[in-house]
Amino acid sequence: MSNNLVVRFAGEGGQGVVGGSEILAAAAAAVGYHILTFSTFPSQIKGGPAWGQARISTEEILSSGDELDVLVALNQYAYDHNVEELSSTGFVVYNSEEFELDDPRAIGLPADQMARDAGNPRAANMIVIGAVAQLADFPLGYLEEFVTKRFSRGRPGDEQIIEGNIKALHMGAEAAKELGMSLDSLESPKSIEGERILIKGFEAACLGAIAAGLDSFIGYPISPATTMLVYMESNLHGSDKFVGQASSEIESIASLIGAGFSGKKVMTSTAGPGLSLMGEGLGLAWMAEIPLVVANIQRGGPATGLPTKTEQSDLIVAINPGHGDMSVPVIAPGTIEEAFWAAADAVNWAERYQGPVILLSEASIAERQQDILKPDMSKLVVENRSVSDGSEGNERYKGDAVSPFPVPGGPGAYVANGSEHDEQGDTTHLPDVHIRMTERRFKKLELLMDGHYEAENTDSSIALLPWGSSKGPTYAAFQSLRSKGEDIAWYYTMYLNPLPTALLDELLSKDLVLVPELSYLGQLAQILRAKGIKAEPITQYTGLPFKENVLEARITEIVQERAGRMLVS
Amino acid sequence: MSKRNPEYDFKWCPGCGDFGVKRAVEAALTDRAATLSQPIENSVIVAGIGCSGNLVHLQEGPQPFGIHGIHGRTLPIAYGLKSSRPDLNVLIVSGDGDFLSIGAEHIGPQAKRNIDVTAIIMDNGVYGLTKGQASPTTEIEVITSTTPYGKLDDPSRPLETYLAAGVSFLASTLSTQVKAMQQLITEAMEYPGFSIVHVQSPCTTYNDNYAALKGNEKEGILPMAYPIEEGHDAGDIDAAYRLARDSRIPVGIIYKREDSIPAHERLDLARERTGATQKSVEELFQTMAI
Repeated sequence: MSNNLVVRFAGEGGQGVVGGSEILAAAAAAVGYHILTFSTFPSQIKGGPAWGQARISTEEILSSGDELDVLVALNQYAYDHNVEELSSTGFVVYNSEEFELDDPRAIGLPADQMARDAGNPRAANMIVIGAVAQLADFPLGYLEEFVTKRFSRGRPGDEQIIEGNIKALHMGAEAAKELGMSLDSLESPKSIEGERILIKGFEAACLGAIAAGLDSFIGYPISPATTMLVYMESNLHGSDKFVGQASSEIESIASLIGAGFSGKKVMTSTAGPGLSLMGEGLGLAWMAEIPLVVANIQRGGPATGLPTKTEQSDLIVAINPGHGDMSVPVIAPGTIEEAFWAAADAVNWAERYQGPVILLSEASIAERQQDILKPDMSKLVVENRSVSDGSEGNERYKGDAVSPFPVPGGPGAYVANGSEHDEQGDTTHLPDVHIRMTERRFKKLELLMDGHYEAENTDSSIALLPWGSSKGPTYAAFQSLRSKGEDIAWYYTMYLNPLPTALLDELLSKDLVLVPELSYLGQLAQILRAKGIKAEPITQYTGLPFKENVLEARITEIVQERAGRMLVS
Repeated sequence: MSKRNPEYDFKWCPGCGDFGVKRAVEAALTDRAATLSQPIENSVIVAGIGCSGNLVHLQEGPQPFGIHGIHGRTLPIAYGLKSSRPDLNVLIVSGDGDFLSIGAEHIGPQAKRNIDVTAIIMDNGVYGLTKGQASPTTEIEVITSTTPYGKLDDPSRPLETYLAAGVSFLASTLSTQVKAMQQLITEAMEYPGFSIVHVQSPCTTYNDNYAALKGNEKEGILPMAYPIEEGHDAGDIDAAYRLARDSRIPVGIIYKREDSIPAHERLDLARERTGATQKSVEELFQTMAI
């Protein structure tokens, strides 16, 4: 018996490989398994190598999985480029109408013909899913239940579609059975307490922002951040709400500044190239003290880079998106649950310190689908900026930290100014005013240094500190290393700028802080070193997430090499 | 706000056309507040970068809100502001460099959205604040610091550009005609849709064309500027194009689209049509229940 099943559907974009993995995952979630999906595809509407992966487990899932138990290959290329990740006990299911394989672990199915025979030519995916279920000894009843639920839409023809799909499932299973192959059977799901939802990362981020009282969202389509704009267009609707599609990222950030200045809670979503275009606007928001949130969903860069792949290479530009003295607050969620809370916190932070905040996520989190416990809304805190009652006259920028925000239409008329300015927003070039106002803007960050962080086995002098999506695989590696007796500490926070003061203090006392991150430069490690922390990155720049076993091996190597060095010296 | 702020260190040159525009804006905003019995704080001036944008700091009397942003982005700032707060009166002050060069990409989208804001463009045909470089409206063959052999590019024709972009209301005027300009600004602010008041606002330091605009009868120089004749039908786009394509400067209302529905009203109508209402986060979670 096994507690874990990883299935990858590989083929061309437009063949339903992502859909296939999501259907299998959704069916498994519906009967009580934990699931996590991951997909990767090229930047084109149809065609090109693509794959979708579903991980199904009786335990909480931390990453998209290491080895494949089943590889579904829809063409020769998909087989050639994915088979090396197949586990030694795994199987390949392939479309024998497309190509032939001489591999003892491979099961060829004429899926299109079989789907036609089942009476539903669009059910080729179901044939394959039936075969996968058979291999993993995953009860077909679960899938039947899911198909029935999914296609009971009250439309004429529903019954026929359900019948065709169920027939297809059984035909796939039968075909796999005839070949007499089988994986370890998957354990039955454990019962999970609480209300569970099946949610994607971008949905969680959107809902977190809406929960925190978001009023306006203005964005421009860009992979992999378009999903947020689309979700908001369909779900942020109230009579005092506004969602708009701008003509460029320059328009997005400028319009967001106008909206934030108007007193509203505002957000946009973008990715690397868009963030670069927003640099000057973010400087204006910092300078004029306008609350707003930019969700930057990282992809491979620079320039157009790898638009649909995942990377963690925008941290430095998120903190310093434009010219001049500024340090933009950054919150980077590491899981889907955190994406909800991080988005709510980002809106709250913008209100609290009155300035721009970057919600820094990644393609692999935004597009991932996972079952989570429904966020506990009783824990939600909604913050609102302090609003001027006019008692400061027109001195909007009075004092050495945050001051009440005059809302247009109300008292306290001033000029929100991107040039250096005095208390009432008038332009000035005087050195003492520039000193005073620069210090004021940086002092406001002190309001954000109380972020929560995770810490385990903190007595160890060597620590792990992943960020963003690297959290899951690093935590799996950490648990495995601890179970093998390795003495290593665990730290994690989603509040990357400013870092929680207490976390910084702890990290400063360590001999080595290892930072797994998906970039060549190792940007968080660089930032930590500048703060005097002995940080080293563990980097990967493939456009794909870390695997747990690869990470564990690299951590072990570094720790052992270091132990060896210490013995020699 | 300079009147209350002696340390404010920006000044326009003596004779700058922008002084006239400033007075017209002050009068139009004060009158609007009185006529509608609204506080002047219901108005926001969105200022561009350049000599013209500094108008926002130089307003005397009752103070509206202001936002003095980054170069070229008055229109998208106004788009976000007006879309989020349709109750506010939004006025843009910008110049030929800020609006027609670095900011030109934003005219088309805002015109098509028909955002309900009024843009006042102070056209002095030169980059003044950076000390005399060629701007889009600098005439061909004019020598400036960046066109030592005379300007090689054809000059932009802003009035024609605005009409082609789809602006709903277009007026053209001179900085010297303060009272008439105030009337045009008032009418533009009342108009439901995207309106532009394009003002010839000479730069006495780098491009002093007062004489050319006014003409000189004795020397037989025809004035560049002339009043639009009373019979002009501002609802007729073809007639508007004829005026906009004139090599001289027509003064008055060039175009006024009759069926204008501004952006925020289009959204309200769409909401009414589709019945879309805000679901609570709890309800949205329910759509994802396993």
